[in-house]
Amino acid sequence: MADKIYVEGLNAWFGKVQAVFDIDIKVPEKSITAIIGPSGCGKSTFIRCLNRLHEEVPGAWSKGKVLLDGEDVYKPGMDPVLIRGRMGMVFQKPNPFPTMSIKENVVAGVLLNRRMGGAEIDEVAEKYLRLAALWDEVKDKLDKPGVSLSGGQQQRLCIARALAVEPEVLLADEPASALDPISTAKMEDLFTDLKERYTIVVVTHNMQQAARMSDRTAFFLSGKLIEYDETGTIFTNPTHKETEDYVTGRFG
Amino acid sequence: MNGGMRYTRRKITGHLMFALSLFAALCTVLVLFWILGYVFIKGASGLNLDFFTKLPTPVGVPGGGMANAIVGSIEVVGMAALMAVPIGVATAIYLSEYGRGQLANVVRFTADVLSGVPAIVAGIVAYALVVSSMGRFSAFSGSVALALLMLPIIIRSAEEIFLTVPNTLREASLALGVPKWRTIMKIVIATAGGGLMTGIMLAIARVGGEAAPLLFTAFSNSFWNIRPDQPIATLPVQLFNYAISPYEDWHRKAWAAALVLIFMVLVLNVWAKWYALRNSPKG
Amino acid sequence: MRIGRENSHNEGERAFKGLIMLFSLIVLVIGGLVVYELVSASDLSFKKFGFGFLLGTQWDPVQEVFGALPFIWGTFYTSTLALLLALPVSLGIAIFLTELAPGWLRQPIGFVIELLAAIPSLVYGIWGLFVLAPIFQTYVEPFLGRFSFLPFFTGYPLGLGILTASVIVAGMIVPTISAISREVMYTVPDSQREGGLALGMTRWEVVSKVVVPYSRSGILGAVILGYGRALGETMAVTMVIGNTPKISLSLFEPGYTISSALANEFAEAVSKMHVSALVELGLILFFISIIINTFAKLLLWRMNRGMKVSGV
Repeated sequence: MADKIYVEGLNAWFGKVQAVFDIDIKVPEKSITAIIGPSGCGKSTFIRCLNRLHEEVPGAWSKGKVLLDGEDVYKPGMDPVLIRGRMGMVFQKPNPFPTMSIKENVVAGVLLNRRMGGAEIDEVAEKYLRLAALWDEVKDKLDKPGVSLSGGQQQRLCIARALAVEPEVLLADEPASALDPISTAKMEDLFTDLKERYTIVVVTHNMQQAARMSDRTAFFLSGKLIEYDETGTIFTNPTHKETEDYVTGRFG
Repeated sequence: MNGGMRYTRRKITGHLMFALSLFAALCTVLVLFWILGYVFIKGASGLNLDFFTKLPTPVGVPGGGMANAIVGSIEVVGMAALMAVPIGVATAIYLSEYGRGQLANVVRFTADVLSGVPAIVAGIVAYALVVSSMGRFSAFSGSVALALLMLPIIIRSAEEIFLTVPNTLREASLALGVPKWRTIMKIVIATAGGGLMTGIMLAIARVGGEAAPLLFTAFSNSFWNIRPDQPIATLPVQLFNYAISPYEDWHRKAWAAALVLIFMVLVLNVWAKWYALRNSPKG
Repeated sequence: MRIGRENSHNEGERAFKGLIMLFSLIVLVIGGLVVYELVSASDLSFKKFGFGFLLGTQWDPVQEVFGALPFIWGTFYTSTLALLLALPVSLGIAIFLTELAPGWLRQPIGFVIELLAAIPSLVYGIWGLFVLAPIFQTYVEPFLGRFSFLPFFTGYPLGLGILTASVIVAGMIVPTISAISREVMYTVPDSQREGGLALGMTRWEVVSKVVVPYSRSGILGAVILGYGRALGETMAVTMVIGNTPKISLSLFEPGYTISSALANEFAEAVSKMHVSALVELGLILFFISIIINTFAKLLLWRMNRGMKVSGV
């Protein structure tokens, strides 16, 4: 499989404090890559460097190469807006727009780039709500506010919203940590279905989730990439001692 | 990777909006400097020792100063503060340390309503209360009007400040057996002291420049007077009267008075800002 | 605060609490007094003119015929125009300072806005009288006079009139509206902004599609508070509005607001009826201000509460 994302020598800082050190990683397309590690190990910072969200924090900056289909995201003159249109993101806490209805939330990103009539909006909304496995639960209340849904539903709404702009990559920063177990299971199934069309990178502190869902897993510790391999290997036969200690629950 | 036509339009819109908002911000900065500049330049030429020491001359005669108005302002504002500060601070203590339930809500609501009273209406109330009964204009009635304006400001800022005093301090004091009232006096007020002073200073800055409520309460006086039961000259009222008069000399003095007022306001605000910045590193 | 027992057997405690309560009740008394005095002093006028006072167009102290309409008109006309002028500028500043400006610029410009808010009305007035009015008379109004086919720009350019007053008041409420809008926009959670950015929104789109809609109640509250401030503005208006009780659409005409009428006539009013009519004007202004301010504060309070509800 081709590499969708190729990261070389990525370093990231918050002001003077370095959070991510010299990351080299290749993410294959149409797969799920999980990023695990204890709190504060830099995995969230890393993933936010992929879609250049990291630099939006005041004082935050980064250096290195992130190639999306061979093109460097950090090339001088590259507009982050274009990058983020190609990489969707869902966050730890679902963040639907409270002043928009469910339908409006889904198409929010799409309307940025094209004008759509009412019928087309309905079509697009339905398509991606189905894709996000939310359609059946909301089809009768599409005009209700996006925030009127439960936590798990809101998160799937955010996934629908992210997918609607037809990105190639889906980034997820601990997407299930605010959800109950049933919603979490639904979301994991969803991701497994989605990987046939999208390249997915998931940050998670839940090792079982990583073991269940992902094809490859990366283990971060203190801002460095310790080990990156097929998921099976990481969990059953890791190379580094720190990895073994972490996955067997000795710390973190 | 590049966008299309739509993308370019989005970018242009973004840049345009940024430029417009920057323009708005720059315009306001410009206006501030324009006003301040004018006041400083025109006011400086009218400021001299006479301004601060002499009485106003008769109508149309150049010379003289605004000494009585300056003293008058200090007296009227001072009396207003003497009335408003104790009531305001006490009410703030009630709201933050004692009040629960309906009564506190009613008090807070009343303070809110009072804060919406326009300055000129405060003057009318003072007129009805004091001038009508006394039968003449007086410094005291002016103070009542200003106190009415200061009161809600002090209540709100004092309550806010008391709320920033950490509960742990109160608890520690009470746990040591110190009665509640002494806890409030010694701990809460002492801790809040500086912020309280700042709030009071800002309230004074607010009412010190007010003319509207004084126009028909304290009225005006061409001579020295410090008796609270007589009309008295104040800087804002004098400024107003001089500015709308047809005399060049009086216009100059009005600018000078404006400069004095601005100076007072600036000093108090900068001091309050410095104090606030020094005391909250969390910014 | 229920920590610790209130030892009501303690003399000092009781005396202190009693004193505190007494002063707080004084606030209630004051509130009542304000309303009472305004109502009773305007009673004479109210009894004579009834509700026709609001519609009467004649204001004649000599004949003791009083009607409030020209003042009500002037008050609302200037305030509305001031609001229209102030709105884009205030929002522009608020957006600039919270979303678009680089970090180092925020504090200084924010401080400039605070200073502008602290400048007394009188100083705006004297500056308007001697600086702005002549400029308006010489340049601005003749230029606008080219559009005299519109009813707003007819008449002779005097410099002193509705237009100048509205512009000055607009300048005075910009700091108010932008300061509160800033506070409101500042409380929009970063997660909302990031959600917009992650979708590929430009900075401006995040502002217009995420931040402003999210805080729209609060911004509306800020705008209404600014309007309330404009309605009560006295000294600056008095100095530049021309003080003529006229009802006219033209911006060049002089006019009169409730507050400037009070400022000009109250000190010299002799007859009881005249005074009473003036107090009634004040009562009208009082009611308008209270209603508007309460409405604005309700909106702001709802915004505060709403945020805690919609967060997950």
